[in-house]
Amino acid sequence: MMLNPMNLAGGAVWLLLAMAVLAMFLHRNQPLLVIASFSVSAASSLAATAAGVWVVGSNITSQAIMSIGLPDLPFHLRLDPLAGFFMTVVGLLSFIVSVYSLGYVKGIALQRTITRMVIFYALFLAGMFMVILADDALFFLVSWEVMAAASYFLVFFEDERVENRRAAFLYMVVAHVGAIAILLSFGVMSGLATGFEGFHGYTFDAMREAQFPAAWATAAFLLAFFGFGAKAGVIPLHVWLPEAHPVAPSNVSALMSGVMLKTAIYGIVRVTFDLIRVFPWWWGTVVLVFGLISAVMGVLYALMQHDLKRLLAYHSVENIGIILIGIGLAMIFRSFNLPLLAALALTAGLYHTLNHAIFKGLLFMGAGSVLHATGERNMEEMGGLIHHMPWTAALFLVGCIAISGLPPFNGFVSEWLTFQAFLLSPSLPSPLMKLLIPMGAALLALTAALAAACFVKAFGVTFLGHWRGHHTLHIHEADWFMRVGMIMAAALCLCFGILPTLVIDWMDNVPEQLVGTRIGTTAGAFGWMWLTPVAQERASYSGPLVFLVTLSVIVIAYLLLHVRAGSIKRVPLWDCGFAKVTPRMQYTATAFSMPIRRIFGFLFSIREQVRLNPQAPHRAFPLRMHYYLRVRDRFWYWLYKPIVDISFWISRKAGRLQQGRIQTYLIYSFVTVIVLLIFMR
Amino acid sequence: MNVYPFISEILQIAIVLGCAPAFVGWVRMLKCWSQGRTSPSLLQPYRDIRKLFAKDVVLAENASWIFRFTPYLVFGTTVLAGGIVPMLSIDLPLSATADAIVLVALFAIARFFIALAGMDIGTAFGGMGSSREMTIASLAEPAMLMAIFTISLAARSTSLSQIVQVIYSGQSVLKPSLAFAFLAFVLISLAETGRIPVDNPATHLELTMIHEAMILEYSGRHLALIEWAGMMKLFLFMALGAVLFFPWGIDASGSAWGVVLAFLFLLLKLAASGVVLVMIETGLAKMRLFRLTEFLGSAFLMATLGMLAYYILD
Repeated sequence: MMLNPMNLAGGAVWLLLAMAVLAMFLHRNQPLLVIASFSVSAASSLAATAAGVWVVGSNITSQAIMSIGLPDLPFHLRLDPLAGFFMTVVGLLSFIVSVYSLGYVKGIALQRTITRMVIFYALFLAGMFMVILADDALFFLVSWEVMAAASYFLVFFEDERVENRRAAFLYMVVAHVGAIAILLSFGVMSGLATGFEGFHGYTFDAMREAQFPAAWATAAFLLAFFGFGAKAGVIPLHVWLPEAHPVAPSNVSALMSGVMLKTAIYGIVRVTFDLIRVFPWWWGTVVLVFGLISAVMGVLYALMQHDLKRLLAYHSVENIGIILIGIGLAMIFRSFNLPLLAALALTAGLYHTLNHAIFKGLLFMGAGSVLHATGERNMEEMGGLIHHMPWTAALFLVGCIAISGLPPFNGFVSEWLTFQAFLLSPSLPSPLMKLLIPMGAALLALTAALAAACFVKAFGVTFLGHWRGHHTLHIHEADWFMRVGMIMAAALCLCFGILPTLVIDWMDNVPEQLVGTRIGTTAGAFGWMWLTPVAQERASYSGPLVFLVTLSVIVIAYLLLHVRAGSIKRVPLWDCGFAKVTPRMQYTATAFSMPIRRIFGFLFSIREQVRLNPQAPHRAFPLRMHYYLRVRDRFWYWLYKPIVDISFWISRKAGRLQQGRIQTYLIYSFVTVIVLLIFMR
Repeated sequence: MNVYPFISEILQIAIVLGCAPAFVGWVRMLKCWSQGRTSPSLLQPYRDIRKLFAKDVVLAENASWIFRFTPYLVFGTTVLAGGIVPMLSIDLPLSATADAIVLVALFAIARFFIALAGMDIGTAFGGMGSSREMTIASLAEPAMLMAIFTISLAARSTSLSQIVQVIYSGQSVLKPSLAFAFLAFVLISLAETGRIPVDNPATHLELTMIHEAMILEYSGRHLALIEWAGMMKLFLFMALGAVLFFPWGIDASGSAWGVVLAFLFLLLKLAASGVVLVMIETGLAKMRLFRLTEFLGSAFLMATLGMLAYYILD
């Protein structure tokens, strides 16, 4: 058998499936199970990454047909640059998280059996790889469901708590509503491809060749965008995300947030750019507007959180928004036939996809280490962890800087590229869009700045200051497997940040495949040090130079100032001569976000109460104060609560039919038969 | 290889490092005069910095490496920013490493770390300052980007050298869009550099301070670096405004005489901008924190009007 990318990726999937089966036999030896399963996952993820890098780098497309599936409807596989790119994204983070899991799950294995987690972890990874490999609607949906079901059981892992079961249920419901929409979308496309009588329109090849009438194409696109949007967590379909991500084990949240959401992005790109191909400009506007709403609302909701993992989950909503902004701009540019700008915007979106996978994975792994060490998710009970967990703190900080879109890390580069794409919107022919699209750039700037505020809060409250908690446990640093996982992610954050030209040069075959142009020739025209997306006069950024110059100034200043050694005196904190400063006097996460809560308060449903203890002798001298604050997602009340209420109402009404008496049921059957006889003559 | 651009680059960084304290001294001097007080000498900021460098550092017991690293990082990014803004000559080697958006991001990373350092010790003041600073920054950022956008429309570039060159070569002097962008830029600069009416650099009153609250625990050489970087930031914003909107006198030819002339022009423009700054600061009172949304909202509005003006009038 020759070694080619398809075999490599297929081998990775088979290996994972085999591991899921094998795990059942290793049930008795839990420590061995941890080592065996996560080593296998790491190896197969590495193989998948290699396949992806290979396919994208050398621009090959390979197809295969598997003799599994329904009779006469075999599964089709295909690895093209787009699939290869997402294969790389998924594989890279899966590899890192699998290494991390070697340490993380070992800790969990001391408390409970982890066989179930190991099985579904392997299935989950296999499902994601299969979604990307799929080249027909049937196999795509089967893989999609494998992925959804496996991740459902992973969210469900610690099932003794009510909130976990509720979160898993909510996730399942939203995932399936989305899956139905995707199924319908593929149904429309395959039906139009070869007619509704036959089944052979189910392959993506048939859809690629078909010409869709405009109205049906729009229906297919909107259904697909709804379905994939539900998986990606696009506002207002995001409600499952902040529930499911916090309760899943942290290695799983890293994968769900880092790469599972990306399969939905893959779906959107695949359906619009590859399957439908020709679309009007307003589709791009829909994607852009939902992207902007998700970005701004996601970060604002994140600011209101004090649960570390919930905060990160809302940031996934934000970053999915930023990715969709890039993709929406690419769609707009493409529909106005501006291929170079479309390639730039698409590169920005896809680059952010890659970057978000890495830094969000890093952040969730860091949050996992904190959870592991302190048993606490509430930031208000933490503080000062930098002294106990120096490695985790430094690596988490890298993730914070990267996600805030600050140089020299990778988040900055993709946001910068998105800004550049925005700034090129004056080349659009429509005057209205020329005026309105720059507003989107302002919203993106607002998002980036709010994200920085949010991560100052997250890092500052969790790792800096003093420990706020009531209990002082022995807080321990993460073990070496966990550290190595996080170090790899942090190193990638830095590499993708200071060497963007190499990455863009590599992934250039993806825009080539989808919009027919590459930007690598202009983006890297001045060598690997200079990123010049359109032209050097237009804009340029040199990651290596910014990094090196800043670093050398820092080193020079440090060396010059440290001639006098030992001139630092450590003293207790100055308390202005009053009573001793206690850790409870520090700024809390709630206090930190108070100004922003007040400014953007109209977007939330907030209940705030201050109650004085009535036993105080006088109002001016309260003994105790009680402060109550509840910030809720408005969408839950506007959108979901009515739907939930209506469906309960309908089911209650329908429940009346059920009386438990055989005579009544016979009457139902009789009436039905009569009605059918009347109408179906 | 042409060494001339590198010489002007080094010269420029030296000017930013050397002249920033003098500019702050000049502003303080004008402020004293305008309030009828006797002023300290123009060189007082230099003496302050020298004094701080000579002093020992007093560090709180639980200060982490972030607290000690922040002054160096803030200093480093500000020096780099000083190498990016074209002040004397258009042809700057470092100018191509970063465009206007990167420049904003460089200031943002410095702010990110100062805000973290504010929370590091664990006092209420530090957290309060960090929270307020990040709130103001997130409101100022969209306005800043809109201003950049408006300017880049005229110059078809976000590269600072390119913008200056286009405006200098007279293709777009005194356009209404640039006038609006200039107004927005003035308001944003006041917010970014922490001047009245957004923040009062002279206050240590607990309820009003923002920037000072974050750096309250600093001492010795750490404080010196942060103060110096703050002075350079003010200097850079003023120089940026002078160069972007009034680029007269900047050296485009590449001769030694041109650089000297550009330096004299820069001094003149900065002296004038100091006068404007003091007029704004003495004429206004510090705003309440929650009035700042209106202040920065109007900056955003100005920048947006500038963009509209570009499409309608230019």
